[in-house]
Amino acid sequence: MAMLRKRASRDVEIPTSSMADISFLLLLFFLVTTTIDVDTGIGLVLPPPVEETDIVKMDPDRIIKVLVNAAGDVLINDEVASLPQIHEIVANKLRAKPKMIVSIKTDRDTPYRIYIGALDEIKQAYNILREEYAMQTFGKSLKELTKEQMDDVRDNVRQSISIAEPERTR
Amino acid sequence: MKFKKKQASTKQNVPTASLPDIIFMLLIFFMVTTVLREYDIKVQYTLPSATQIEKIDNKRIVTYIWVGRDGRVQIDDNIIVIPEIQSIAAKKRREVPQVIMSLRVDEGSRMGIVTDIQQQLRKGDALRINYSALQKL
Repeated sequence: MAMLRKRASRDVEIPTSSMADISFLLLLFFLVTTTIDVDTGIGLVLPPPVEETDIVKMDPDRIIKVLVNAAGDVLINDEVASLPQIHEIVANKLRAKPKMIVSIKTDRDTPYRIYIGALDEIKQAYNILREEYAMQTFGKSLKELTKEQMDDVRDNVRQSISIAEPERTR
Repeated sequence: MKFKKKQASTKQNVPTASLPDIIFMLLIFFMVTTVLREYDIKVQYTLPSATQIEKIDNKRIVTYIWVGRDGRVQIDDNIIVIPEIQSIAAKKRREVPQVIMSLRVDEGSRMGIVTDIQQQLRKGDALRINYSALQKL
């Protein structure tokens, strides 16, 4: 009789109060190990591979040729320029003739830093034009546009950056 | 006396029975979003910086190619030679059709090596690339 009574007074449930603590620990582990850093960079789409024989000859008037040599000197359509000038010159040329293709070509010895700098300058030129287009059509700067408006800007001021065929490869 | 008794019969603590469920929900969210694949980077590099940079939101479709200061090339966990890139790129492209090859190249590298890698990527049909760069202040 005494034993029975003892049994009845016991709590038969599994204690779940520490469950929260255990899951908190797991949660903390995942919080600490998660890296939310996103990769940032300059995106580009390479041209599809071509055979040596069928390289498309473009009308030279439609191309803005940007040549960068190993020392960081720049030649834009046979005119000497410097790296920080690129965005201005390219933007002016694109403003005059919007459908131009920007072709960038480097020497094998050009440091990567300078190439990225030049590419960045060209991107900046497009950014200037997009900003102008956004101001004209929507009366807002690029950052204030909605998604649809941004797509419209992307469609109308299209980036066409081409990486020139290298002269020699390994 | 009567009043006191009444008060004792009602439970006064906050119900914590659903707390584990809430925490589990959070836990599951983090478990799903975490990408545990981390690479053992064997090359030394410093990324260049640029102003016009974009973000890649989807980490799962990105394949990294590292090029170190000494010109060694690493994909995934292996140091490789440049002619191997074509087959690796083709394989990646088959697995993930929208693959982005992110080039993490040391800022002092020569363009020759970058051009060679690009030619290999074109042959391997992995055309979407990204030059990894930091935000220039």
